[in-house]
Amino acid sequence: MNFSVKALSNGGGRAGLLQVGSCSFETPALLITTRKGLPTFISPDMLSSLPTPDCRLLQFSPLHLLESISMKTISEIGGLHQMLGLQEHVFAAVPRDGIISLPDYQSANKTGASFETPCGRLLIKPVQYMEMISSMKPNMWSTLADEVPAWVSEKRNKTSVDRTLRWLDDCIKSPFAKNTGGAVFGSIVGGSRIDERKRCALEVAKRDVSGFCIGGFGLGESMDERPALLNAITECLPEDKPRQICGLGLPEEVLQGVAAGIDLFDSSYIYHLTLGGFALTFGSEGIAKHGSEDRLTDSCGDGTKINLKATIYRKDASPILEGCKCYTCQKHTKAYLNHLFNTHEMLAHILLEIHNAHHYLGFFRMIREAINRGKFNEFRQKFVATRRDYIIGAASSA
Amino acid sequence: NRIGADIIMALDDVVKTTITGPRIEEAMYRTLRWIDRCIAAHKRPHEQNLFGIVQGGLDPVLRDICVKGLVDRNLPGYAIGGLAGGEDKDSFWRVVAQCTAALPEDKPRYVMGVGYPLDIVVCSALGADMYDCVYPTRTARFGTALIPEGVLKLKHQAMANDTRPIDPTCECTVCKKYSRAYIHCLATKEAMGSILISYHNLYYMMK
Repeated sequence: MNFSVKALSNGGGRAGLLQVGSCSFETPALLITTRKGLPTFISPDMLSSLPTPDCRLLQFSPLHLLESISMKTISEIGGLHQMLGLQEHVFAAVPRDGIISLPDYQSANKTGASFETPCGRLLIKPVQYMEMISSMKPNMWSTLADEVPAWVSEKRNKTSVDRTLRWLDDCIKSPFAKNTGGAVFGSIVGGSRIDERKRCALEVAKRDVSGFCIGGFGLGESMDERPALLNAITECLPEDKPRQICGLGLPEEVLQGVAAGIDLFDSSYIYHLTLGGFALTFGSEGIAKHGSEDRLTDSCGDGTKINLKATIYRKDASPILEGCKCYTCQKHTKAYLNHLFNTHEMLAHILLEIHNAHHYLGFFRMIREAINRGKFNEFRQKFVATRRDYIIGAASSA
Repeated sequence: NRIGADIIMALDDVVKTTITGPRIEEAMYRTLRWIDRCIAAHKRPHEQNLFGIVQGGLDPVLRDICVKGLVDRNLPGYAIGGLAGGEDKDSFWRVVAQCTAALPEDKPRYVMGVGYPLDIVVCSALGADMYDCVYPTRTARFGTALIPEGVLKLKHQAMANDTRPIDPTCECTVCKKYSRAYIHCLATKEAMGSILISYHNLYYMMK
């Protein structure tokens, strides 16, 4: 794996190039959420209809497979890429995802981290985690971390840092570590305490890791306290290694992360939107350019997304978003999608996830363009301000 | 006419094959009356093909009246309906055989709601041409794949370590890329399981 920073911008963003496997990705980049290795709804043949190479960068949680398939069988098949039929793709393994593998800080103990999954609560120890990583062979993987919410006691928080550092060493010194073939990202925790965040970041930076995985966010800290924490971490990290983060899903949160110098983001935003029937529509200004007739009377949208289940779309023969080049907008109308949702057809989610993924990848593209033009700060301020104005406007006219 | 489908099935009065009594006869005559109303109402006879549907339950006399009635209307194609319910197979194939014998040779015969691969083979041998069935996709959603030997229950624990494809002789992308063990993880639990097994099953049926 190779990473280099190509450009910096005002407002803190950095554009980089990540070369891994046979792919090159421009950063900041989105890791597409998967479930057991494949997207939730987008079938493998449709995955390649999304912008490339962006659509080849996938987030993966090893825990999804823990109760369903043995490590031995995965090894026999030849690892993740072979098992999923996605040999050209790049997998970044992280135990936590925002959907079916949620860190459970109360059940974690000194021997391992705990996660709430559909198979119940799983306790994962470093040695077991490394066995998974070595049979799956993802391109990148983060070390096991004890992620705690922002409100825990100082003592619990400090313990989480100590444990995470110990598990980091257990992982990279494990005999399995040599077999993984992937780049190791050291996990950084520390909750909402700046001093602990710094301590953890500095310690992890001392280890021989290829990148950093910042954990513990999206677990109860407020958006206001986040920038200080993120900056405290990134200031302690070397410039030339990529930084990945879990738990920052919303566009505004992604912008916070980019401003702090983070390169890779996984996000369950697309998944939750899709389940709810929401389609992203925002443009570069953060809100959709609707016609005046549906701007504020549009009770089914907030300027950034629309709810395709709403009755007003029953006869709407236009695509979700005019000019969108995704498969769904090229082929289908809001009326059809509305019908699919009303009849509980799986195709509704498939088509919508395609659009939302396409759209969100486009958002990341906009971020990269802004950084390369040296205008990230302006882009971010305008994006956030326009969305606030829209909400204020809608609220005051209600 | 507004939906614009190439083949449009007439509205018929269908009854379950498991019932008995005058309702079956009523449904058959009603079907014949309704085909006339469909023909009269059809505004695009040169673009859309109206198929009549033979009803009459399991009664050969009723079926005969219905077939003759539909053939007299000189429709572009004919369907054999009212089967694919709970009737026993010996009754089922006899009705199909009777209908195909009486329907014109130079027009398609569509057995509605069929079906299982074996049923399709039997009906084809009896001279049927077209079929529809939810079976391949529905059984896929329950984790069952169609293979030459019959069915493969991918949800079964025995599949958990089987690294072979669903069907080694199948050339679909699912069989080319995925093992039974991986599909076992997905079967009945993930949308992707339904998608991949449905894909294979439809490919199998088309083959």
